[in-house]
Amino acid sequence: MSNPQLVMYEEEFQEINDVIGRLLKEANSKVIFLVDKNGQLISGVGETERFDTTSLASLTAGNIAATGGLAKLIGEKEFSILFHEGEKDNLHISIVAGRVILVVLFDSRSSLGLVRLRVKKSSEELASIFEKLMKKSEEKEKRGSSDFPFAEITDDDIDNLFS
Amino acid sequence: MSFINYASREINCKIVYYGPGLCGKTTNLQFVYQKTAPDAKGKMISLATETERTLFFDFLPLSLGEIRGFKTRFHLYTVPGQVFYDASRKLILKGVDGVVFVADSQEERIDANIESLENLRLNLKEQGYDLDKLPYVVQYNKRDLPGAMSVEELRRELNPTNVPDYEACATTGEGVFETLKAVAKSILVDLKKGK
Repeated sequence: MSNPQLVMYEEEFQEINDVIGRLLKEANSKVIFLVDKNGQLISGVGETERFDTTSLASLTAGNIAATGGLAKLIGEKEFSILFHEGEKDNLHISIVAGRVILVVLFDSRSSLGLVRLRVKKSSEELASIFEKLMKKSEEKEKRGSSDFPFAEITDDDIDNLFS
Repeated sequence: MSFINYASREINCKIVYYGPGLCGKTTNLQFVYQKTAPDAKGKMISLATETERTLFFDFLPLSLGEIRGFKTRFHLYTVPGQVFYDASRKLILKGVDGVVFVADSQEERIDANIESLENLRLNLKEQGYDLDKLPYVVQYNKRDLPGAMSVEELRRELNPTNVPDYEACATTGEGVFETLKAVAKSILVDLKKGK
């Protein structure tokens, strides 16, 4: 498969939230989201309740996929940073560790330069957490450890969902 | 690929509706959207042209309930069916967990169905997937139209591997939930195997 399954554990989830929480303050931004390239929201900090986070995640992933397609057409691997400027709010979108998307929403209280600078630093930290996460999943898979919640479900459990 | 989050106890899966232009993929999603309780669905997003043809994708998030304390969420996507949007279709197939092929039952659309099905197989292969190994169901849509071919004929042309298939009329909703349930169930059974 092109992308192995993404599994998130409590410990790494906390570490990720710490990093993006700090980025939120340091970059003077309003909201920060982390989205899987397949469009699943991983986490968000800041004024998240103001937004339809699920839609935001799916559209961001679509956006990254479309610009990635454009990049390939002109012989680039990907465009790792996208910037959308609005009248009040702006979006800074970047790819972290080749597989997750970091979305920073900010207004005039911050600046593109500041956001870029802080994102760069946080991206490195996030990249190492995701690397750790991938290793952890791989090891668990190799050991065949059975904390996978779906290993023990029955056909009845599945049927009950649809009743 | 599905995304399992132990921290928020959620499992997210992606279902893609594929098929030729005007076969009723968006109509399937619209019906699901209309008939789902507000607390179980998110906003439906359609990136469409001014004439309501899908330009990039439609998106509908659904939550089905809990299994063993894990919330199960399904993200439904459609692809743009028109032939020249192939680059966009490839992108939407990324990370897919299950596929619904929506066929147009009308006789004059059989070639378009076959072409779209071949295109699906090819695009999946490019992403490293094999249609025969993915959770996959077929829907014969537009059964209500006078020019509809018989199910036996459609099955012979479009479902040689005998995956679960359903007759539907997406405008009235007939067969829409049966199709969705079948593919969702097949994804969960696959997850259970822990592939």
